[in-house]
Order: sequence, then C-alpha cells, then structure tokens
Amino acid sequence: MPTFVYMTRCDGCGQCVDICPSDIMHIDKTLRRAYNIEPNMCWECYSCVKACPHNAIDVRGYADFAPLGHSVRVNRDEEKGTIAWRIKFRNGKKDFDLLAPITTKPWGTAIPQLANESAPSQEMRDSHLLFNEPKYIQLDKDGKDSLHTLKSNGLTLKAGVYY
Amino acid sequence: MAYKTIIEDDIDVLIAGAGLGGTGAAFEARYWGKDKKIVIAEKANIDRSGAVAQGLYAINCYMGTRWGENNPEDHVRYARMDLMGMVREDLAFDMARHVDSAVHQFEEWGLPIMRDTKTGTYLREGRWQIMIHGESYKPIVAEAAKKSADKVFNRICVTHMLMDDAKENRVAGAVGFNVRTGNYHVFKAKTVIVGAGGASNIFKPRSVGEGAGRVWYAPWSSGSAYGLMIDAGAKMTQMENRIVLARFKDGYGPVGAYFLHLKTYTQNCNGEEYESKWFPALTEMVGKEYLDTENQHLSHKPIPTCLRNHAFINEVNAGRGPIHMVTMEAFQDPHLEEIGWHNFLGMTIGQAVLWASTDVDPKYENPELTTSEPYVMGSHATGCGAWCSGPEDVSPDEYFWGYNRMTTVEGMFGAGDAVGGTPHAFSSGSFTEGRLAAKAACKYIDDGKAEGIRVSDQQIADLKAKIYKPMETYTVYRNEIVAGDVNPNYINPRQGLDRLQKLMDEYCAGFGVNYMTNDKLLKIGLKKMGVFGEDLENIAAQDIHELLRAWELKHRFLTSEAVFQHTLFRKETRWPGYYYRGDAMKLDDENWHVLTVSHRDRNTGEYTMMKAPCYHLVSDGEE
Ligand SMILES: Cc1cc2nc3c(=O)[nH]c(=O)nc-3n(C[C@H](O)[C@H](O)[C@H](O)COP(=O)(O)OP(=O)(O)OC[C@H]3O[C@@H](n4cnc5c(N)ncnc54)[C@H](O)[C@@H]3O)c2cc1C
Ligand code: SF4
Ligand code: SF4
Repeated sequence: MPTFVYMTRCDGCGQCVDICPSDIMHIDKTLRRAYNIEPNMCWECYSCVKACPHNAIDVRGYADFAPLGHSVRVNRDEEKGTIAWRIKFRNGKKDFDLLAPITTKPWGTAIPQLANESAPSQEMRDSHLLFNEPKYIQLDKDGKDSLHTLKSNGLTLKAGVYY
Repeated sequence: MAYKTIIEDDIDVLIAGAGLGGTGAAFEARYWGKDKKIVIAEKANIDRSGAVAQGLYAINCYMGTRWGENNPEDHVRYARMDLMGMVREDLAFDMARHVDSAVHQFEEWGLPIMRDTKTGTYLREGRWQIMIHGESYKPIVAEAAKKSADKVFNRICVTHMLMDDAKENRVAGAVGFNVRTGNYHVFKAKTVIVGAGGASNIFKPRSVGEGAGRVWYAPWSSGSAYGLMIDAGAKMTQMENRIVLARFKDGYGPVGAYFLHLKTYTQNCNGEEYESKWFPALTEMVGKEYLDTENQHLSHKPIPTCLRNHAFINEVNAGRGPIHMVTMEAFQDPHLEEIGWHNFLGMTIGQAVLWASTDVDPKYENPELTTSEPYVMGSHATGCGAWCSGPEDVSPDEYFWGYNRMTTVEGMFGAGDAVGGTPHAFSSGSFTEGRLAAKAACKYIDDGKAEGIRVSDQQIADLKAKIYKPMETYTVYRNEIVAGDVNPNYINPRQGLDRLQKLMDEYCAGFGVNYMTNDKLLKIGLKKMGVFGEDLENIAAQDIHELLRAWELKHRFLTSEAVFQHTLFRKETRWPGYYYRGDAMKLDDENWHVLTVSHRDRNTGEYTMMKAPCYHLVSDGEE
C-alpha cells in the first residue's frame, strides 16, 4: 500500500531515499522532506518505513480497494534482533501485536571473510564442490560428506518422454 | 546534459543485479578468486533489493539430505511433474545437490530457521519448504556479498552488455547510469554474472490506478535479466512458460503456508469442493501421464500448479465464484492464527494492510482468492530464462559448452531468474546458482578464455548516446506543446508501459482474455509489437528517474517480444491454467516434448526458433 510521510516528523535525512528498491522516495526540493513520487510503483514493502529513524513514514492502503481507517505499524530493532508489528482493523475490533526475531547473531558478526580462508587446492578447483563443501551439504551426518552425482545416486539422463 | 563518464577497469567478475542470485555469486567468487576484482552493479540498494526486499517466511527449496529427507533427484522429479515435463534436469539436479550447503550457511550467519521441537530438524512447511523468520533475509545475504566484493555500486541501472570488439559473441563488461547522479558508468570486465531478476508488470495487472504497484512479483522486477541477455544475443529457453498465481485477492498474499502448514483448503461460493470435477476433462487434455487423479494419491505425485489453476479458472467461469480459502477452521487455533499473520508480515505486508482495512478476520470469514495476471520468471513454478550450460559431470552434450551456468554468449553467466529451465529454485536455489556461476566464471578466467578483450571507444560512446536519448528527445520536443504529457513526437515511460500491458494481455493470453490466445492473435500482437518497438525509439524521459523507467520498459519490451515468439512457436497447450492455445487445445507429447530455444540476432532483431531435446533423469534399471 503506498507510503506517505508526516510533515512534522520528517527531517529530510534521506534514509528512505537510500533504501527504496523502487526509487520512489524522493526529497521535495522546496519542503526538504521526503515523499512518495510514484505510488503506483510502490510494493508496500515497508523497507523505507523500517529504515526511517523518526517513524515519519506510514502506509495508507491503495485507494482502489483498501478503505480508510486501518493501521499496520512496525518497529525493527537490529540491536535487539527483533521486529515488532501492530495491526489495527478499520472497525477497531481487532488490535494486536506480533513480534518476530530477525537474526540469531549480533548483527553482521557471523559472516566469514572469504578472502581470509585458505585457498582452495587444485583438486578442489577441479571438483564440482563449492566453498565449505562437501562438509556443509550434510554437516557430518553419518559421515556422508560427499556430493551427489549421477553415479552415486544410480541415475542416467535420457532424451525422450519419461515420467 | 554533461553527465560524466566513469570507467571501472580491470574487473574480473562483474555482477549485474544483486538479489538472491547476485549476492550468492559475489560471496562465492571471492573464494575461487582470492585476488580477483569482484564488482557489483545494482540498480537499487543491495540491502533491500529484488524480490526478497520485504523478506520471506519460508525457504522453498531445501532437500534435507542431512536428515535423510530427500535426494536431489526427488526434487527434480517433483519439478518435472509440476512443469508438465519441461525442465532442464541437469541444471535442476545440480542446484538441488548444492542447495542445502547454502541454507546451512544462512543459519550460521544468523538467519532464524525454525526447528521442529520434537525431532530437532528444520520445521517443514511442506516436503520442500522450511519455515524461517526471514524479515532480514536480504540484509543478511547482502552482508555476505559486501564482505566478498571489492566494490558495490548501488543505484546503477545496467542497460547493456559491453561486447568484445576483438572476438565475436564474447562479453566485455556492462554499462549503465547512476540513478542519483545521472552519470554514465562503464564496467570493463572479463566475465559478467547476470542476476537482474524476473519480469512483473508486462501483462496488464488486475489492480488499477494507485493499486497498480500491488503486483505479485515486485514492481521493480523489470525483466532486466532477459532484456540484457537477449540484447547481447544470448539464446533463451521456455519464455512461453509464464506463470499465473492463485493468491489472496487484491493483496496477492502467499498461500503456500496456508495450504501446507495451516491445512486450509479452497471451495467455491457454495462451499463445495470443485477441483475434482474438472479433472476428468483435464486428463483428456493433457494425458494420464500428467494427471491421473485415480492413482495420484498412490504415486504421491502432487497435482501440477497450472492444472489446479485450470480448475479454479473454470469454476469461476461456470459462475460459481469467488473461490474462498477456508481459514475459519485453522484460525481457531491461536498458534496457527499467529502463523497466518506472520506469514504475511514476513513477505507480503500489503495483504495484512488489506485485511485490516476491509475488516477481514480469517478466523470468522473465509477470504477470497483470485488468479493473477501472468509473470515471466525462472525460479518459482516456472522456468523462463537463458539457455545455459550445465555442469560437466551431469549434462549431456546438447546441454554442455564448458562452463556451468554460462549462457551462449562467452563469459556471460546467469543466476536465479536469469537461468532458464530451472523452476523451483526459489531463494535458496537462486543463491546457489549464483555460487555455481561464480566458481565457473573464475575458472573461465583462469583458463585464459578472457584474454585479449578489446573495447573500442566508439562502442562506449555509442552506448552513451543510446542511454541518454530519451532525455534528449524530451528536451527537443517538450517545448512544442504548452504543458502536460500529450505530445505528438514522443510517449513517456508510463504511457509505454500501459501500451505493453494492454498488448500482452489481449494478444498474448493475459487475464483479460481468460489466458487464451492462438496463432492469429499472436501474429497480430507481434505486428503491433514491431510498431511499438519503433515508438520506443521515441520514448521521452524528463529526468533521471524517468530514464530509469524508460530503460526498465525497454527491458520489459525485449522480454515480452521473446514471450510472444515462444508462445507462437509452441503449438500446443502444455500448461492449461497458465495459458491456452485455442488452436491447439491439447498437450502434444509427440511433437512438443522438447524445450523451446530462441535466438534474436543482435543486428537485425530477427528471431530464430529451435527445439532442443528434453532429457530426463532415469534411475538405473528403470524404464
Ligand atoms: C511474493 C513472493 C514470495 C516469495 N516467496 C518465496 C518463499 O517463500 N521462499 C522462497 O525460497 N522464495 C520465495 N520467492 C522467490 C524468490 O524471491 C526468488 O526466487 C528469488 O529472489 C530470485 O532471485 P534473483 O536473484 O533471480 O532475483 P531478485 O532477488 O529479484 O534480484 C534481482 C536483482 O537485480 C536487480 N536489478 C534488476 N534490474 C537491474 C538492472 N537493470 N541493473 C542493475 N540491477 C538490476 C534488482 O534490483 C535485484 O536486486 C518469493 C518471491 C515473491 C515475489
Ligand atoms: S527516512 Fe524518515 S526522516 Fe528521513 S527523509 Fe525519509 S521520511 Fe524523512
Ligand atoms: S514501501 Fe517499499 S516500494 Fe513503497 S516507498 Fe517504501 S521502500 Fe519504496
């Protein structure tokens, strides 16, 4: 549903402009605040809503099929590793919160720097294995650390009609 | 218009578009190319770009060989069944045998994957799907890509491949422009991995006006992977195999978890089960091999996605719409109710907004479903994309030319939606294909295949002129009129998109004509496409943002033209429920148990269509 920006909350920081995958959050040149320049190319992905440090962006369902008077708000917290939602129905009968984790590790700490890994051997290069394979395919389960091949799985490829 | 030309030289691996496929490629390339220069050119910001921008609530492709759940060939057979036989099984097998290692790494990186508390295994949504809290799926894989890449150029719309002036049909990099500064960017590279994603918005969407952005696949999925590769002269495959989705009405919220995990089911407006009554006639159309309802439960073969659509469409046409999803039973369980909502917030927030605004509480009301407009992509229940080489140890001769996931243009690779014939790869499989392409690209360079590339200044200058022409056109003709968008000399990108969508809908089997077309309609459509192509030379852009939309439209146009050509070529109805050839309403295995392959001549724009053999995995000893 297309986004809009509250005049009094936006300070023109540009975080939303930086993140929008559709390139439709732009800064208005006279007001120096952000707004959605092309609502019919908005996927209501909430990327900008989550990124705004001032909660200045909200969403109003598409005029074509969504009646006024609802609200779906979000707060994404990288430090806590959670995302919190609040959904309010138009008729006020339903108003509830939902919480979900967004990561299990302190942000950005658990991803390896592949430049520091030891270089692959020639044998590894000539094989069909990828980084961390074969180990990561089955993670040492029953010692079955190998890549499946047609041969290992007793298969052939045949042209024609087979089901 | 004094836009600077910025040249990035000596790139080994250039990644054009870094969604799931592109981030996988960037990450893996560093391992095989320690000293190689790895660069990403992405039209948005890789932290939230592509189809996974809002996150996902499931990883739809995971074997679980670790727990003895499935083997790669089981997944291939499933994909074959679902796609009515038309799969590149070498590529599918290769993806499936590697995909688990990607998923295990995601978990290590911090992606929350749910576990079955009893068995300790990943919580299954269905046979192939596992459930995740994936709001930050994209930022996590983007982090991995950033750690590996030398440079990430965000906000670069890649418009064309650079071609080698020394050797015919060899790639030499790519060019594009910066969506913020407007500057012209030239990336000279030994290899390019195209990860620019699938195509939404080429068929007229059901939504109108402001709601037109509420498409199933992201509105920024501009068919650029196809546009870029077709323009470079790469062969394409299965471009007729567009997909239609049965989804929650208007919001297009996903149904996978609803069917598989919440065990909801569908019924017509009278509360009746409707699918089975359409199946006998459908079996006549496609043959018992593809739909055998009597024995289906014995063989454990799921009913192909398109055939279930067929029943849906026919029931609605028979006047018993709408089709409802029966949620009222499952939602009485508070735990399942919560999952139902989380599922939307995790990947299609708009559906939650829609239900909140229309006071639809699925606990007390069964929501409506609809069938969507068609989409062209290659990683969901469809396999459009480039004709790529498979891996040496799996692929038969017709499918192998040296480097895994390399297109028919030397040095140009694909990943994710870009690769044809590999349905059901989804997010994890797309990432995996990126990894495979990256390893192969490094090998291609190490084998000396990229020696002696030459790019003339002329080529760079010509492409620059081409890129900015829409702005030139605007400047020249704008002042001929007082104000507004109606100009006899040009059309703007929105007007062009509307024309494309109308054409595709009416002539190439959109929802507006009940997914029906035939030889005559396709030929008229192609003729109109030809004229439309001429008008696209006169497209005008008043600023850099419109220039982005202009190039997205040109990529969508090239994609659509291929869809037309392929649909015309395949004279049968292979996927009832995705589209129908009214002049050939049956599945025809005698003539069409083949993959379709096209080639568009770079210079003349002429299409050549070919059939390629369809190979299937057969167990030794099995006939
Ligand atoms: C609503 C929805 C639900 C889904 N559900 C699931 C699910 O539950 N589980 C699952 O596993 N998968 C799911 N998928 C599928 C999954 O998202 C895709 O299979 C996957 O993202 C495809 O990867 P890709 O790299 O090919 O494309 P994308 O991830 O879309 O990446 C394409 C990238 O290319 C960039 N780009 C495009 N054009 C250009 C250009 N001209 N220049 C530069 N860059 C460009 C884009 O900005 C983007 O970053 C879902 C998809 C959608 C839309
Ligand atoms: S992120 Fe928020 S505060 Fe910053 S420009 Fe956008 S709307 Fe304004
Ligand atoms: S919701 Fe998504 S598409 Fe819409 S403006 Fe925000 S970031 Fe852009």
